[in-house]
Amino acid sequence: MATQTIEFRDTAARSAEAAASASPEELRDIQGDKLVLNMGPSHPSTHGVLRIIIEMDGETITRAVPDIGYLHRGDEKIAENMTYTQFIPYTDRLDYLAPLANNVAYALAVEKLMGIDQKLPLRCQYIRVICCELARISAHLLGLGAFAMDVGALTVFLHTFTEREKIYNLCESLTGARFTTSYTRIGGVTRDLPPGWVDQVRKFLDEVVVNIAESETLLTRNRIWVDRTKDVGVISREMAIDHGLTGPNLRGSGVDYDVRKASPYLVYKDLEFDIPVGSVGDCYDRYLVRMEEMRQSVRILHQCLDKLPGGADNRSKEPVNIADGKTVLPAKDKVLTSMEELIHQFMLVTQGVDAPPGEIYFGAENPKGELGFYIDSRGGGTPHRLKIRAPSFVNLSILPAVLPGHLMSDVVAILGSFDFVMGECDR
Amino acid sequence: MAVRLQEAFPGLVSAPTEFRGEATLKVADADRIAEVCAHAKQALGFDMLLDLSSVDNYGADPRWTVVYELYGIGHGVHLRLKADVSEEKSELPTVSTVWRTADWHEREAYDMMGIRFAGHPDLRRILMWEGYPYFPLRKDFPLAGKPTELPDTAFTRTAPLEGGPFVTMAGGKDSMAREPRARTPE
Repeated sequence: MATQTIEFRDTAARSAEAAASASPEELRDIQGDKLVLNMGPSHPSTHGVLRIIIEMDGETITRAVPDIGYLHRGDEKIAENMTYTQFIPYTDRLDYLAPLANNVAYALAVEKLMGIDQKLPLRCQYIRVICCELARISAHLLGLGAFAMDVGALTVFLHTFTEREKIYNLCESLTGARFTTSYTRIGGVTRDLPPGWVDQVRKFLDEVVVNIAESETLLTRNRIWVDRTKDVGVISREMAIDHGLTGPNLRGSGVDYDVRKASPYLVYKDLEFDIPVGSVGDCYDRYLVRMEEMRQSVRILHQCLDKLPGGADNRSKEPVNIADGKTVLPAKDKVLTSMEELIHQFMLVTQGVDAPPGEIYFGAENPKGELGFYIDSRGGGTPHRLKIRAPSFVNLSILPAVLPGHLMSDVVAILGSFDFVMGECDR
Repeated sequence: MAVRLQEAFPGLVSAPTEFRGEATLKVADADRIAEVCAHAKQALGFDMLLDLSSVDNYGADPRWTVVYELYGIGHGVHLRLKADVSEEKSELPTVSTVWRTADWHEREAYDMMGIRFAGHPDLRRILMWEGYPYFPLRKDFPLAGKPTELPDTAFTRTAPLEGGPFVTMAGGKDSMAREPRARTPE
């Protein structure tokens, strides 16, 4: 009896065979359309109001178009309509996870324009470095916690937030506000360190290193974490530089560019710290870089607290402001009793500091990357143009180049590893 | 570095001016800015475009200035390039072919100032929404905003300054006159 062989193949093989000899119109019928998915603007992993329009073939992303601007408040326009000092509270709202660092960067930019950045008293410079590094730890703790939570490790988030709460308490006793600090002024800071603050910071530093170590044991060799982040979102060195990435995202790709080392400001050149860099440029490397940066910040903070001129209580009455009535507001008791200080106070409040005509760019190493201010001054108390180079804005511009080829679930890991803030991106 | 760039383009790139330790070069012909930038990147090692901003010189001619903030990771030198563009033209070549990061910066400059970049792959609005009719960073755009005629989905109203409880508008009644409970002193 003759036997007949009947071949049953799976649908994928049959459609592949049909697709090989199909015209473009037929091909579309066979394969189906690509799915366009809208992610955001309010999605837990977009950390604010980022919207990404994702085109997918099955689970694989073929195209990604970020849509930003949902938090645009026109900060640059606002800056042109007020004095330099009045703009300081607006810098709190740029990267709202590290307001202290923004305050410092902006004050330094205006001081560079006025040519007084070298005249800052040493105590003021140390206090500002302490502010920057506390802000860096705070921002990285949040970035890390949110990143881990997005890929499923909720415990880390609770861990890091315990420590952030302590930083907020320190901010509160230093500046009077937990969140909107507005601590710096052009030519100084609003007030000296409160009594006992240095000891509180030391206590915090001892606690945070334990916490960082605990978070690390939860993640660094965690099989799920490694699977979700290793070789995901790889950015090569050339690509990172071409897209202008800065901060931990650039260093994760192996470029040792850190503004604190490349063009040191404040007292960073007198402090010892290392710049961690990654080797592959994937999400895991960016995570490791942030982890190590927090440890380096702790190291910097210990040195600052030891070297602080005047010590914790400032017994020797070291100044924290530039002694120039034309730039820094005079002491309140002097304003009400002395004519000259009253005039200075009046001029500074009504007309602002008198900046010379000229233009400067100042970049500071913020937790998210290089926060730059380009100021075009035509003289007087208000800028003619103030451009904010927001690191999150530039870092996000690489998304269309990084996302395609990844799975939908990798988007969450990649976004988490970028650690962006939309307040700064949209300005 | 600045001098070397000037020597490569005699007549086109001005002598560097220095302010607060920063060198600024002026490029006379904005149409050749991409050429100058490409040379700066390839021959002089400025591999990073840190920032691109636009300035409105309202009332002066040429009206726009586009500012490029260059940086070389290898040598650690900053350099600023500036190019003027007239209001009638409002266009200069894109540098997004030189540095990919210029893509979003140029979209922002277009969105905020209305300067176009010839050859840009995707020159759409970036911070404001598609279809918004004004360029808000221009000096003749008021701080309070302008109403737009896009119903429901996208609209702006002027900031609610007038009519606020503690706001006295120029030429309007003062707070005593606006307060119904206020009594004239006997």
